[in-house]
Amino acid sequence: MKPILTSTLLFAAIALSACTDPARFGGADAALANGAAGAMTSGIVPGSANDPASPAYFQQAIGDRVLFEVDQSNLTPVGRATLDGQVGWLMQNMDYQAVIEGHADEQGTREYNVALGARRANAVREYLISKGVAAHRLEVVSYGKERPIEVCSAEACYAKNRRAVTVLAGGLTS
Amino acid sequence: MSSWIGIRALALGLAMLAGMAVPAMAQQGPLRIEITEGVIEPLPFAVPSFQPESGEAGQLASDLARVVAEDLTGTGLFRQIPASAFISTVSDFNAPVQYADWKAINAQALITGAVNVQGNTLDVKFRLYDVFSGAELGNGLQFTGTVDGWRRMAHKVADAVYSRITGEGGYFDSRVVFVSETGPKDDRKKRLAVMDYDGANIQYLTDSGSIVLAPRFSPTGDRVLYTSYESGFPRIYVLDINSVSRRVLESAEGTMSFAPRFSPTGQTVVYSLTQGGNTDIYTMDIASGQSVRLTNTPAIETAPSFSPDGSQIVFESDRSGSQQLYVMPATGGEATRISFGEGRYGTPVWSPRGDLIAFTKQNKGRFHIGVMRTDGSEERLLTASFLDEGPTWAPNGRVIMFARETQGAGGSSSLYSVDISGRNLRPVRTPDGASDPSWSPLQK
Repeated sequence: MKPILTSTLLFAAIALSACTDPARFGGADAALANGAAGAMTSGIVPGSANDPASPAYFQQAIGDRVLFEVDQSNLTPVGRATLDGQVGWLMQNMDYQAVIEGHADEQGTREYNVALGARRANAVREYLISKGVAAHRLEVVSYGKERPIEVCSAEACYAKNRRAVTVLAGGLTS
Repeated sequence: MSSWIGIRALALGLAMLAGMAVPAMAQQGPLRIEITEGVIEPLPFAVPSFQPESGEAGQLASDLARVVAEDLTGTGLFRQIPASAFISTVSDFNAPVQYADWKAINAQALITGAVNVQGNTLDVKFRLYDVFSGAELGNGLQFTGTVDGWRRMAHKVADAVYSRITGEGGYFDSRVVFVSETGPKDDRKKRLAVMDYDGANIQYLTDSGSIVLAPRFSPTGDRVLYTSYESGFPRIYVLDINSVSRRVLESAEGTMSFAPRFSPTGQTVVYSLTQGGNTDIYTMDIASGQSVRLTNTPAIETAPSFSPDGSQIVFESDRSGSQQLYVMPATGGEATRISFGEGRYGTPVWSPRGDLIAFTKQNKGRFHIGVMRTDGSEERLLTASFLDEGPTWAPNGRVIMFARETQGAGGSSSLYSVDISGRNLRPVRTPDGASDPSWSPLQK
């Protein structure tokens, strides 16, 4: 019980610090993570977005997030395609765990949006599990409307804020 | 005395008929609050600088009178007559009042006071006069406190005056715990703060290292429940205001918990817990940590609030397909839907008087703060804006404070208060942005 709790806390701490850092998978972090993951291709800078085993690749080439309709937590066809890519990557890079962060746009009351973000994050988690990712590798957290990435009060921004982001953690074992 | 009874009756009438046009009412006595076509004519009063009865009391004597005046005028029910209009001066707290001089400037109420300072002990005496009846209204009162707490003494005087003239309980000697906000919309820093109801004496209770949400006062005002992300996940904490020590209440693995509120006894917390993407309502005994699940549906069920007698809980649920308000027994069981208007309803809060439920309503892209009877009847919207949310009740159940967020990239949140009639919408001063207010009970 004790080691599980410790790793969960560490895991949470990483997730939290990561989400306050806009360049969370750039530079040193990603290189470090890649070193642990160990996959390299000649001519490709390890840890860069060209390195398929890098978190940067996961984030940029595969896509770390799916978007939702207003007040919905159903996955869209585009979202499912992105998640299929995430499944492939997670199955190839078994050292990584992920925290799925659910978010809402600002149209809604605070508590409801926390619950709605949880629904969205859970929809992603359930999908990834259904495609074979081990449940213990995936945690969820909801930020409700507390962490918008776009700040305008218009649908163009809202659409990007209604999201679930798969934030990688780990690559620290072995 | 007849004027006094008249005022009581009128104040009650005001409460019952709030929001409706009421014809001017004939009064027997001269001291009155006149309602004409839904607009209250504020009652003119004079509050000369209090009398210093010791050497150091001079500044406090004028500060106390100023805060009493600010409290009363802030209600929208009273209008202060400026000192420049005074004919009489009050130079002795015990000397007879020159009623004619105060009548001449139409001061319907006169408040006099005296201040004595001994070390850090502050004594404040006051008297309230019905000028046109030529008589004192109630007996003189004396409050003892500390020099540091002088604003509380002023609030206590104002509470007594407000209470005697309106027949309602006071609410000035109270505090508000809220979330203080700084930084841009996409990198907002939040920390808990507590202040007097009027924005004075602000203190910060947490740092801004983690997101904190929706603090809620205990029924005795000594503890605060809130949600913090300091573990990486939303969890409920209870914080002791005086020691600023805190502990986590609910930390089950793989869950998130939020939206806590105390029961009227302060021994139980009702809150939301999310597991597997589903959010339901639970109660927890604070001492034992024992929790009980009250709802069990795939819907989002959150924002629970106890009735003041502790027998019922009002909450929001989207079990019908959209956010609506429901009431259930405090032990769980069948819930009755009470909101049926157009739009979505959330964040219900039971009035401390038990008569009304305040809520946030979203309709056609606008947000409103509103009130309804506890069976959902007589819904009345008090405000409208891009984003109003999170009402909290003044201890007398007659005023509501809430947060208003402005639109766009530069949007920010600040606090407002409004009467349950929808009158007297006014900002509450805070040094930075502010959200999620929770009003304390009246201090002892």
